[in-house]
Amino acid sequence: MAETHSLQDLQQPAVSSKVFVQRDYSSGTICKFQTKFPSELESRMDKQQFEETMQSLNNLYAEAEKLGGKSYLEGCLACLTAYTIFLCMETHYEKVLKKIAKYIKDQNEKIYAPRGLLLTDPIERGLRVVEITIFEDRNIGSGR
Amino acid sequence: MKNCEYQQIDPRALSVSPLSAQNPAEKKVQRPRRKWEAFPGKNRFFCDGRLILARQNGVLPLTLGLIVVTSGLFFAFDCPFLVEHLTVCIPVIGGVLFLFVVASLLRTSFTDPGILPRATADEAADIERQIDTSGSSTYRPPPRTKEILINQQVVKLKYCFTCKMFRPPRTSHCSLCDNCVERFDHHCPWVGNCVGKRNYRYFYSFIISLSFLTSFIFACVITHITLRSQAKKGIVQAVQESPASVVELVICFFSIWSILGLSGFHTYLVASNLTTNEDIKGSWSGKRGAEESGNPYTYSNIITNCCATLCGPMPPSLIDRRGFLPPDEAIPAAAASEMELPPFTPKSDANMEENCQEFSLSCTA
Repeated sequence: MAETHSLQDLQQPAVSSKVFVQRDYSSGTICKFQTKFPSELESRMDKQQFEETMQSLNNLYAEAEKLGGKSYLEGCLACLTAYTIFLCMETHYEKVLKKIAKYIKDQNEKIYAPRGLLLTDPIERGLRVVEITIFEDRNIGSGR
Repeated sequence: MKNCEYQQIDPRALSVSPLSAQNPAEKKVQRPRRKWEAFPGKNRFFCDGRLILARQNGVLPLTLGLIVVTSGLFFAFDCPFLVEHLTVCIPVIGGVLFLFVVASLLRTSFTDPGILPRATADEAADIERQIDTSGSSTYRPPPRTKEILINQQVVKLKYCFTCKMFRPPRTSHCSLCDNCVERFDHHCPWVGNCVGKRNYRYFYSFIISLSFLTSFIFACVITHITLRSQAKKGIVQAVQESPASVVELVICFFSIWSILGLSGFHTYLVASNLTTNEDIKGSWSGKRGAEESGNPYTYSNIITNCCATLCGPMPPSLIDRRGFLPPDEAIPAAAASEMELPPFTPKSDANMEENCQEFSLSCTA
């Protein structure tokens, strides 16, 4: 079919299952995901890589939520302008979220898509879970 | 996609055309719907999803009305006299306070308090699978809780049956709004919205500035009446000349007690990094057993607690009100975050690819 030829780059076989990596609340309410390697992914990728991805994500979220001089300055400035400053300026958190989106896209392209996996940005799931979609291994060596 | 004949078509129409074979009911979706239109909670949206309010918006008009009327009377009747006899700074200070109060109030009312979106069907199924390890299916399982350790303290997470997920710590489900709200403080009828993680600082600045405003107006009105009665040698005559002042006095007198009390209470909460919900329930008051179960979220330093609660980084809204709904509800939304139109085109392409894929699969099946 004409449509599917052009979809070759992202030819997605049927979804076989989804794995959800839950939040890790051991340090409080900050956004942090568990780094434990899910058993369903054992056949697809190695533990090291997965833990590295999760650790980087956790570091990025920690950067977004960091309490420091910069965030206090932003908070105070916002308060003084009666919070109207957010109409024209992007918050620090939003900037880091863009970074995270880019990182996930990057990881998907380099590591996960070749193994038939797809990471979903946690922000699309309300920062509750990291959803990893496992695709059926129908065409070995297809696409990228 | 470059080879596709869809290239020339407007992306919004794309969501309709490839699906017309599958969903005949699509003709009603001539314009793409935004996610706020399908939001499951009891909320009202304005300005195409930019502003959010609880459906039961309580007495917000009354709150606004009282503030505007009292301030209006103040500017109209007391300020001319005070400017003449004292200083022109008085209406200036009053004006600044009034603007700050109204801005904080509107911000508190119309900001998403930290609503957690409900779990998708796949997530809910996954959690159910993890819980139902054993046990018969003939009776309803006991209330589901999960115990976790936060800073070496045991905290129980409850399962929310409406949102189908384990509530994060400090999250509570507001029955009036039918949403789980992060760092839930309380549902404030005066403000017409829940007070949670994202709008607590606005709420706090609202009550603090309102305390200042009411005290300021109260003091100015007292000064006004005193000066007038000294000049006219009689308080009754002074009041007769300026009856509006009495109205203001009454309103301010009764509000001051409650507003100042509330400000004091919330200052205590901010300093100890607690929420009203936790304080009322006595979650960390050390009632259980001999062990002192302190608040695991506190930084044990008043300044740090205050800074963290009021000046911390502003978390984003998790409900993506202005994102577009996919044309087929069964497909999980490949949504962008708060950014609106620019990512829309790739999103509709992704959906279309999936739809084309499904279509082709169904043809070959």
